[in-house]
Amino acid sequence: MKVSDISKDGNFTLLTPTVSLDKDVDKLFCCDLLSIAMGKAPSGSCWVTVMSNVNTLAVATLTDVSCIVLAEGVTMDDTLKAKAASEDVAVFTTELPIYDAAKLIDSLR
Amino acid sequence: MPNLMELKYQVSNEDFTRAGEASSDVKKKLKQLGVSPDVIRRVAIALYEGEINMVIHAYGGEITVTISEERITMTLADRGPGIPDIDKAMQAGFSTAPDNVRNLGFGAGMGLPNMKKNSDTIDISTEIGVGTTVVMTINL
Repeated sequence: MKVSDISKDGNFTLLTPTVSLDKDVDKLFCCDLLSIAMGKAPSGSCWVTVMSNVNTLAVATLTDVSCIVLAEGVTMDDTLKAKAASEDVAVFTTELPIYDAAKLIDSLR
Repeated sequence: MPNLMELKYQVSNEDFTRAGEASSDVKKKLKQLGVSPDVIRRVAIALYEGEINMVIHAYGGEITVTISEERITMTLADRGPGIPDIDKAMQAGFSTAPDNVRNLGFGAGMGLPNMKKNSDTIDISTEIGVGTTVVMTINL
């Protein structure tokens, strides 16, 4: 599946409209501890987390995840959105809890 | 063998918004050089963990990355408190990070273990009250 497939589901709101959604999503990855995510997030994965700060973006770009999904209604301020756009990382927000969000995205594959 | 490239970065302490800039820049340069994605990922992880450690634990320092035809060498020299017990610091899960750092999602005691896991060699020299220098190499 592509990142764009996630944007077609009404449960997910794209926070980075200027970023290309053409990347492939091969896996789902759920983790809130950046220390763990740094070592374990698979490249090409969709990373579902409630941790939203500048370091989340750094970890995402360094591990080459395809997109970030912020669960539980967590969002990003404008500065962070702009940074995500400049780093070419697609970020979604959803009201769903982490497990439900990941399960739903998995079912879209 | 002469070095193909040498990169230097200054890291300031407590500046979490900039932590990761050196790793990102090195990653871009390695991509331009056509280094394999697997090696780039290992360099990015090892260097980012090191960079974060310098921000959390030290009062800043300097990162030097040299790229030769055989390997990438990353030297992270900080001015900081030093590491009293390196064996303990290398244990996964051991951390002395303060609460504000944990609130950001760090401080799980995975930094040095991740650095070791992703590099081919790691050498740590430390002096209490002076600072720590970590040298990591990753073979090409």
